[in-house]
Amino acid sequence: MAGGLKTRKQQRLVVVGTALTALIGAVLLILFALGGDSLSLFMQPSTVVEKKIAPGQRFRLGGLVKDGSFKRLDDGLTYAFAVTDCAVDIRVHYRGIMPDLFREGQGVVTEGRLDETGLFTADTVLAKHDENYAAPGTMPKNPEACEHPEAATEAVS
Amino acid sequence: MIAELGHFSLIAALVLSLMGLVVPSVGIRRGDTRLMALADPIVFSQFLLVSVAFGALTYAYITSDFSVLNVVANSHTAKPMLYKISGVWGNHEGSLMLWALILSLFAAAVAFRGTALPLRFRARVLSVQSALLLGFLLFIIFTSNPFLRLDPAPLEGNGLNPLLQDPGLAFHPPMLYVGYVGLSVVFSFAVAALIEGEVTPLWARWVRPWTLAAWVFLTAGIALGSWWAYYELGWGGWWFWDPVENASFMPWLAAGALLHSSIVVEKRDALKSWTILLAIVAFSLSLLGTFLVRSGVLTSVHAFAVDPDRGVFILAFLALVVGGSLTLFAWRAPRLSPSGLFSLVSRESALVLNNILLSTFAAVVLVGTLYPLALEAVNGNQITVGPPFFEYATIVLMSPLVVALGFGPLLAWKRGRINRALQILLPAVIVSLVVFWAVIWESAGGIMMTGFGAALAIWLMASVLLEINDRTGFLKKPSRFLKRARSVPRATWGMSFAHFGLGIIILGITVSEAWTEEALRLMKLGDSHRVGAYDFTLEKVAPHAGPNYTAVRAEFLVEKNGQFVARLSPEDRVYADPPMNTTEAGIYSLFVGDLYAVIGESTGKGVWSVRLYFKPFISGLWLGSAFMVVGGLISLSDRRQRIGVPAGRRRRQAQPLTTEA
Repeated sequence: MAGGLKTRKQQRLVVVGTALTALIGAVLLILFALGGDSLSLFMQPSTVVEKKIAPGQRFRLGGLVKDGSFKRLDDGLTYAFAVTDCAVDIRVHYRGIMPDLFREGQGVVTEGRLDETGLFTADTVLAKHDENYAAPGTMPKNPEACEHPEAATEAVS
Repeated sequence: MIAELGHFSLIAALVLSLMGLVVPSVGIRRGDTRLMALADPIVFSQFLLVSVAFGALTYAYITSDFSVLNVVANSHTAKPMLYKISGVWGNHEGSLMLWALILSLFAAAVAFRGTALPLRFRARVLSVQSALLLGFLLFIIFTSNPFLRLDPAPLEGNGLNPLLQDPGLAFHPPMLYVGYVGLSVVFSFAVAALIEGEVTPLWARWVRPWTLAAWVFLTAGIALGSWWAYYELGWGGWWFWDPVENASFMPWLAAGALLHSSIVVEKRDALKSWTILLAIVAFSLSLLGTFLVRSGVLTSVHAFAVDPDRGVFILAFLALVVGGSLTLFAWRAPRLSPSGLFSLVSRESALVLNNILLSTFAAVVLVGTLYPLALEAVNGNQITVGPPFFEYATIVLMSPLVVALGFGPLLAWKRGRINRALQILLPAVIVSLVVFWAVIWESAGGIMMTGFGAALAIWLMASVLLEINDRTGFLKKPSRFLKRARSVPRATWGMSFAHFGLGIIILGITVSEAWTEEALRLMKLGDSHRVGAYDFTLEKVAPHAGPNYTAVRAEFLVEKNGQFVARLSPEDRVYADPPMNTTEAGIYSLFVGDLYAVIGESTGKGVWSVRLYFKPFISGLWLGSAFMVVGGLISLSDRRQRIGVPAGRRRRQAQPLTTEA
């Protein structure tokens, strides 16, 4: 193991070799991981319908929490609400404590899976934090279609 | 009036930064020492003017001057003073002001402390620093001016996002920015060295304290942010691989690598071009991080285009700084004098390995952070790269690093002996193997990764202790320990502290990930629930009023085997301006772990949804970070004493440029 590296050339060879190995390893890792489970698509309800997402596939659903859709189920711990982009609504169930930023008419990002009935069971409801209040990527593509002007203006500034 | 004063100072600072760029450069070209020497007063004046501007903005915040648009958008009269002040940097415009302030502060510090630097070199460094300030001030004045007036002035402001109204987050951005901007000094030194065409051990000696300081602040800033997420977001997570977090993590990794490679330059006059490159990359990542967070590009590529001026400016500035410095590197680096030789088993090799792994890791994090942006720009698909990807990368790339880390400090410069290191480290090998098998045995092979992580952590901590023992002969002659310990350089102690801290962090992550217990329950007053070995009893729920919020505050009694352990009071706060809820977790840290309770909503009839956790040894994260910061500071204090001493002895004449590749 103890190599006598006599010349600069040899030394450079070893260093470059190790670096290349690490880099190739990293590239393989990236390709491997990006092909697998750690990627999740981020979609708004219309896109979910457009792409005919299969039940059981994990993805992130983003959009506005539909006004008047939020309620608590009888077990007291599961919440039901609808995520909308003002074109399509998707029903969502989430068991847990709602994050602070959650509010009807505001943006939300949830992560989970669809079941056969089209119900989205979320295991995560994300509360994004920045000074602009709105969760990223939740603005409908045509905000005029919504009656939530307050949500639409807060995304800017 | 005060706002106009600030505005005016900002513009004056802009003019001065242009002068700071041009005057010393002309001086160097003409060989005019008086022009070169002008760099110092120019840089001091820049600092003065930017301070006045920042002070004016702060004053507007403190006095709630709602004729200033930026204050209206981000402040409120009812906020406590601390958050009025932290509100200054809690928004896009103000945070850029803070950047500019720290940037000019650091330039002034270089001018102030750098009197031992050759005049010509100092003038170069300061002109690069001025150029950076120029870029930032242009950006602020033309696209993000915080001094714009609003007429008529409203009576009340919009308030600061309540999530940001927290002591942890009040100090988090300034810490990070000091870290980011500290790397700008290293960057300026690197660019100046490239232009001058020589990198000497003295150069490394100059750069190292700045890198170290930047790294210390980045470490503290990241730890603070993570701690905030832990108690404020209400579900006990502390790191989310969110792009915003990655943006600060990448410069930290690069700074860590730079810290180590500059040792090799200093001690052995090797790895010179690599260190220069790393300095450029580290600051580029800082810039990228700032702009990623600040430009809105992370929200969505499309949101980026909402404000095209900012976007275009940012891209142009990044391209200029990163592209320009890399071009300069490609052009000049081959002319740097060749490096010293070292054997495959040597301290140098260990540090090279450290560098390869850390920078590969930074590159992987960069890819994972930018890939969604690139994909969205190309085909409009929005995806997120989730934690599993980054966790893979961490395990694959950091495990060999930790293993090698045990050996590194025991290897001699130039040519080390692996057998000797192994002999010393044998107990560490044994202990970590025992830990590994114990975990696997205990869980019947169920938690392989936990065993692995715990073994790595123990290996690291044990090897640090063994190395200290080897250095001080503690076990051989305990009586002489103190004397010998004192003769060990502080930088070495700093290293041991920081490495040991890393071990604690790894242990904290591993143990808390594996053995956290959690429960989501509905509870009435008087109800009890057991989590881990602890019984949580909901004793009381009562309203509570803060300065600008109202809250529901619960009280939990925590007992173990009927013995009192702690009382937790989590809150669910409702802020009025802007209307928003925040969770304040009730946390009590025991040595074995944290008790953590969150109160949710009432379901009526005195029933509340609550979330309870027992998180074993999670404080290891912050304890370990503290060790790292302290280690950095110890090492820094060493530098200060030795700096400049070898200036006369080791400075070499500017050599004729060689053309060796």
